[in-house]
Amino acid sequence: MRVVVIDYNGGNLASAAQATRRAAQRRGIDADVIISRHEADIQNADRLILPGQGAFADCAKGLKEDGVQHILENATQKGTPFLGICVGMQLMAEYGLEHGRTEGLGWITGHVSRMVEPEQAGLRIPHMGWNNLDFTPGAHPLTEGLTPGDHGYFVHSYALHNGNPTESIATTQYGATVPAIVARGSRCGTQFHVEKSQDVGLTLLGNFLQWQPQP
Amino acid sequence: MLKLRVIPCLDVRDGRVVKGVNFVSLRDAGDPVEQAKLYDKAGADELTFLDITASSENRDTILDVVQRTAAEVYLPLTVGGGIRRCDDMRRLLLSGADKCAINSAAIRTPELINEAAERFGSQCVVVAIDARSNGKGGWEIYAKGGREPTGIDAVAWAEQMAERGAGEILLTSMDRDGTRSGFDLDLLKTVCDRVSVPIVASGGVGELSHFVDGAKVGASGLLAASVFHFGQFHVSDVKAALHNAGLPVRLNR
Repeated sequence: MRVVVIDYNGGNLASAAQATRRAAQRRGIDADVIISRHEADIQNADRLILPGQGAFADCAKGLKEDGVQHILENATQKGTPFLGICVGMQLMAEYGLEHGRTEGLGWITGHVSRMVEPEQAGLRIPHMGWNNLDFTPGAHPLTEGLTPGDHGYFVHSYALHNGNPTESIATTQYGATVPAIVARGSRCGTQFHVEKSQDVGLTLLGNFLQWQPQP
Repeated sequence: MLKLRVIPCLDVRDGRVVKGVNFVSLRDAGDPVEQAKLYDKAGADELTFLDITASSENRDTILDVVQRTAAEVYLPLTVGGGIRRCDDMRRLLLSGADKCAINSAAIRTPELINEAAERFGSQCVVVAIDARSNGKGGWEIYAKGGREPTGIDAVAWAEQMAERGAGEILLTSMDRDGTRSGFDLDLLKTVCDRVSVPIVASGGVGELSHFVDGAKVGASGLLAASVFHFGQFHVSDVKAALHNAGLPVRLNR
């Protein structure tokens, strides 16, 4: 299996790649995980991973450089499973409001804006640390092997708002219900850092590698 | 519910773990990668590496330590010590660090925090503050690993750093560090009350109750070094104590 971690202006690429290798190894999957932004690699990939760290606007700009966004759109349109992590997941939204309005990929419903409710509830921002994942067991292959209440490691001040409940796979609570895993078609994303969430993260990454989304 | 974070800290010099008692008389406590793996298994919520001699010698050894650790341990990793500019941060982040803790460089150039937050996002910008009581009910911050007084008020500094874009404050009480007499709760509470980003408390734990005290005055993370390295407490002891006190911790995955 060829897995490409998308190289663009942002993201802890090495950690995402390492965690993916370990997740594959745990499932006995022979995975060749590379970090690349080249069209041929992305087109030929069996799985695509977009990590994310930093501001929405900067990351969106990074995606546009060298036409990476266009290449990704083509590759995922033909059904290559895609996973966005943190800002990588946020970039899947229609638009983001961090450092001005920036268009997203438009792959999931909703927009990304600052988390206001936690602040109003007196909670600290960023939402930083381990928080529970709430989901219906058995409802989606990505959560297989996980138990509601398992923890993911979150670090973010912005979140997906006005999403479509049918695209919400898991949520967490932080002064409001916050999307934690989203999916539409063969594209999915996690707000928490799967590559930093120990066994829970590796389980989800393994599920992603074995995911056979219905076209 | 968001959980409190229990954070073992590894003070690293020349690629080896050491722990300073009141910032002097270092004792060797092993290989950082092996230690990190142990803490990962033990249920640590994050790890912090402080490169205590980074500003003067062998600065690149930490990159290798971070890289080797990130390849073995799937936990958030904060690295501090000797970070002078955004490019230093970038090299650490590319090596596998998730957050960078900046101390003296922020005192020299406060704008560095704005620049770093803009470039990498607030979530990976930690400002480390070494504070000491000024004997008049306030606290002064010190630069260069606690060697250089600055005349700057610690609470105002923490506020300014958060405003400039720091996503977290790592607050060390120099008066308490290495004494095992507990966090400086006055300092910790004052900063927690005035600053809205997460605060990690550091410096002084010697009893399990000290972790509970720090959490109760508002710390989001509780950092300790010696009590873990020398086996006085297991991470799970700390979590059990917090849990028994009714505080939210991650007890299993």
